[in-house]
Amino acid sequence: MGNVLLILFGTLAVAAFGIITGLVFLGVDRILVARMQARIGPPWQQPFFDFFKLMSKENVIPRNSIPWLFNLAPLLALASSIVLLLYLPIGSFPALLAAHGDLILIVYLLIVPALAMVVGGFASSSPYATIGAQREMVTMISYELPLATIAVAYAWKLGQAGVAHPFALSSITANPIWGLVGPVGLAGAVLLLLVLIVVTPGELSRIPFDTPEAETELAGGLLVEYSGRNFALFYLALGVKSIVMAALVVALFFPWNVSDFIALPTVAARIADLAFWLLKIEVVIFFAASLIRISLARLRINHVVSLYWKYLGAVGFLALALLMIDGMIA
Amino acid sequence: MKYPNSFRKSLWTFLFNAGSCNGCEIEMVALLTPRYDVERFGIKLVGSPRHADLLLITGPVTRKIAPRLRMVYEQMPDPKVVINVGVCGVSGGAFYESYSLIGPVDDIIPVDVYVPGCPPRPEAIIHAAVKALEKLERAEVAS
Ligand code: SF4
Repeated sequence: MGNVLLILFGTLAVAAFGIITGLVFLGVDRILVARMQARIGPPWQQPFFDFFKLMSKENVIPRNSIPWLFNLAPLLALASSIVLLLYLPIGSFPALLAAHGDLILIVYLLIVPALAMVVGGFASSSPYATIGAQREMVTMISYELPLATIAVAYAWKLGQAGVAHPFALSSITANPIWGLVGPVGLAGAVLLLLVLIVVTPGELSRIPFDTPEAETELAGGLLVEYSGRNFALFYLALGVKSIVMAALVVALFFPWNVSDFIALPTVAARIADLAFWLLKIEVVIFFAASLIRISLARLRINHVVSLYWKYLGAVGFLALALLMIDGMIA
Repeated sequence: MKYPNSFRKSLWTFLFNAGSCNGCEIEMVALLTPRYDVERFGIKLVGSPRHADLLLITGPVTRKIAPRLRMVYEQMPDPKVVINVGVCGVSGGAFYESYSLIGPVDDIIPVDVYVPGCPPRPEAIIHAAVKALEKLERAEVAS
């Protein structure tokens, strides 16, 4: 009973935390992007203003749409993003559902928010949204291969190092990959990090992988018919998803905490770890979303596919091979 | 009905070209540049009328575009404001008495704020946005 209550309240806390930090980091992202363009940019609370404004607007449901699917999709996108956050460690707090899922589950769950957007796009029955949904599906299929390579490489390396439960996120964070590998494997690990950094904007549909939303050609693509409350929910989902992707990068590649290095009283250690974790998240978002977004233009959909399948897939396999060679040498 | 003043901080804008010469568009794009940077005030361009609070119309409404203009206006969720940029939409401007016009804009859809000029200065467009916000807050939007 106590356990159920813990999970219930924990989920609510994580949801509130994820939504608020998600919106704050969206605001920080917009400020940083503006500064890089020599602009001043919006205040950091801008996403909150946008959210409240969207909530106060009319919620249009197009006549040709399938209303229940159309309304369900944004809820599904937000809920599944929050569920993902439950499986990821936050600061030095272990993941709430750590005992119930592993890296494979996370890789699977990462599909759900994107799938929800696809469903919403098809349900709105606008030709723009339909094209956007098809593009989103293609993008989804293409970044799956590099993402799976990372999971396999990690599990293989941990399994070879004799760690119990190599797929569990807790054993991955307890054994940072950098400590397990020799010089050759180090190169492999850096390549894996690169792959995950490039998959992140694809997962978030940010430039240069925002072909499904492409404002200039598809007028918003998947989201073209969404307004008011439904659109606000998608907005929240984007924020939470950014946190999720960054938290995944942090958990896989930078799992260190302040309290591992400095002895602190428990409460102070938790707070310091959380602050440090937020800093790491911001750094990851900066490199994986803001910097890429500001320096590149949108890719065409066939370029997205060939980038992910051919080049990033090849880099992923190369990294896997390097890790294996490293394992054989050692 | 009282609208919350969250619009004051976040005004999403949809650009509609109703047959303009592109002069007004160039002035509007200037609003996004570092010199004016309207994103400071939470104004941003969106790709779909469904996401927009503000409809910026340029040009003198040609015969072909009029039904589309009406459609885009109807697609915008309430509450919404409409600004007409450029003298074209007020009277026809440089295209006055052209055979292909059925404007001005307010014959087709209700307009809240007019910005004269050919093309108007970017400051004038910002001023119009402020006026439109005042109208939104007093809930006096013509609709
Ligand atoms: S008002 Fe002048 S600049 Fe603007 S669209 Fe008309 S002719 Fe062009």
